[in-house]
Amino acid sequence: MSAIHMRGIDYAILVIYFLFVLGIGWALKRRMKGSADFLLSGRSIPSWITGLAFLSANLGAQEVIGMAACGAQYGIATSHFYWIGAIPAMVFLGIFMMPFYYGSKARSVPEYLRMRFDEKTRRFNALSFAVMTVFSSGISLYALAKLLDVLLGWNFNASIAVSAAIVLAYIFLGGLTSAIYNEVLQFFMIVFGFAPLAWLGLRDAGGWTGLKARLSEVAVSQHFAPGTWTQSWRHMGDAGSNPMGVAWFGLAMGLGFVLSFGYWCTDFLVVQRAMAANSMAAARRTPLIAAFPKMLFPFLVILPGMAAIALVHAGRLPPLVDADGARNYNMVIPVMLGHYLPSGLLGLGFTALMASFMSGMAGNVTAFNTVWTYDIYQGTLAPGKSDAHYFLVGRLATVFGVLLSVAAAYVASRFNNIMNLLQLVFAFVNAPLFATFLLGMFWRRTNGNGGFTGLVAGTAAAALHHGLTLPLGEVPGLKGGWLGAVLRVYPSEMAQNFWTAIVAWSTCFVITVIVSLATAPDKTDAELSGLVYSLTPRPPAEGEAWYKRPVVLGVAVLAATLALNLIFA
Amino acid sequence: MNFDLRLPLGLIFSLFGGIIAVDGALSDPPAYAMSLGINVNLGWGLVMLAFGVAMLGLALRARRKGSCPKSLIPKIKDLGHDPLP
Repeated sequence: MSAIHMRGIDYAILVIYFLFVLGIGWALKRRMKGSADFLLSGRSIPSWITGLAFLSANLGAQEVIGMAACGAQYGIATSHFYWIGAIPAMVFLGIFMMPFYYGSKARSVPEYLRMRFDEKTRRFNALSFAVMTVFSSGISLYALAKLLDVLLGWNFNASIAVSAAIVLAYIFLGGLTSAIYNEVLQFFMIVFGFAPLAWLGLRDAGGWTGLKARLSEVAVSQHFAPGTWTQSWRHMGDAGSNPMGVAWFGLAMGLGFVLSFGYWCTDFLVVQRAMAANSMAAARRTPLIAAFPKMLFPFLVILPGMAAIALVHAGRLPPLVDADGARNYNMVIPVMLGHYLPSGLLGLGFTALMASFMSGMAGNVTAFNTVWTYDIYQGTLAPGKSDAHYFLVGRLATVFGVLLSVAAAYVASRFNNIMNLLQLVFAFVNAPLFATFLLGMFWRRTNGNGGFTGLVAGTAAAALHHGLTLPLGEVPGLKGGWLGAVLRVYPSEMAQNFWTAIVAWSTCFVITVIVSLATAPDKTDAELSGLVYSLTPRPPAEGEAWYKRPVVLGVAVLAATLALNLIFA
Repeated sequence: MNFDLRLPLGLIFSLFGGIIAVDGALSDPPAYAMSLGINVNLGWGLVMLAFGVAMLGLALRARRKGSCPKSLIPKIKDLGHDPLP
């Protein structure tokens, strides 16, 4: 275990960063005059900021650490999480879905569901989403405190208290705007903090050519074809010929379609950033602007992992192991930080890592307080109060959300299995959601009963599929097969996840269609205007420069992504 | 929105870039054995400093632009022109 050694200059960078974070919250404090300022940023932010925040809200440290780990474990095939699993969905959101989210004036994703379907669909989504955000936030907090404990020997409880207090302070002061601004700051911290790491790792491995040669040794040592770590598509013909254990169809449908569109197009945590933009055009540009850096992120987060495994294999880097000596790919980033970065840049890289844990938490808290205040409190518990009342509730929900996250962090530290179980349940809830949105936005005949029944059936189908299948080499339990019979064994857990998502989505789609057709329409065309594609006037071609138009940006993003897929095929 | 995020971005990266570049300029070569013998603090510190200064420049330019013609807005509007979005 290579703990890192920080000097004065590193701590100075850490302290300066957090002073700025709190300063941004403080500077925004006097702008918070009502619940819309606090929870929705008053829809006033330019698109370059919402775009980078859209990207950053998702770029928690779990992603940085996890993607580097996958880079080491699976090689460049990890880029599928970006080039197939994110970009197409982001383009779809910007071009086709944002007009409904932004144009409907819904304040949240669950609120859109109420406008399009009915109250019960909204409640189902709002409640599951609120619980999910609290636990995701708690997991971020737990992971941060554990990392600080392992790397620097900081006290676990003190790390949780200080990190939670900083996040609470800047959201309580400046609301969503503060979270968004800090996400942009964090974006640049990640770029400046990790670029030297990627560059030094690649250089040490002998450049791209040297890295390819070294990685072919890694692949052969694990009984795969030599190019498996450096070619993203060529080994996807069969699940047995790549370390992910997935084949192209499961990958394209499960990850590329269901999971990716389900997350990027319906998860309020990211959609909220676009909804805070200052105009329809800016809202539509938000995911498209985010897509450009997203497309290049594999070079920042996956490349270090690939370099690390090559260098470990060659004996030039210490092994990627836990404190107890077990192999742990999550150690890629910490090991490389300690190995390559001198004091100064080490402080920067470490601060970037800490910042991304905290903004991962802040993103969840800001999504939680909005859904709690508008969808659960105002929608169900106490409708018809003054805005000042909801503003206060929004602030209290922030405190409440942070306290719940702290509780969830301790739950995570005590009962690892409960957290895994919850994540599984959320996956069941999320997987079918995109079918509900797709039908709701593009087929006017979809009604409330259809939407709700489809969603519940899709969730049940996900659970059923998971309960009846198992990844290779696992015993029945949390990994699947808990319904007593195992109908299918998947080559890997990832393949099982992708197919769970495909089954859930298809079930939701079919059941929504059947129930909608079997029951009476519940909304008139006039009521659906602005919520359904065919009944909504196209947004006017914004009188803006051609390069700012969503379709132009979308086509450019897709063309560049296709090029990357071909280059690294 | 009159809070320009480029200002704090410019400030923090000028500060970080400056601190790290100065540290790089003052430290001895052996300190860089780990970074493959390259003085990454000096090089990368200067890159960050350049980014920070560019952000500050953009923020200050926007501020000058924004503050100057405001007093003229009513007059220009009276003339039937509306040059501001």
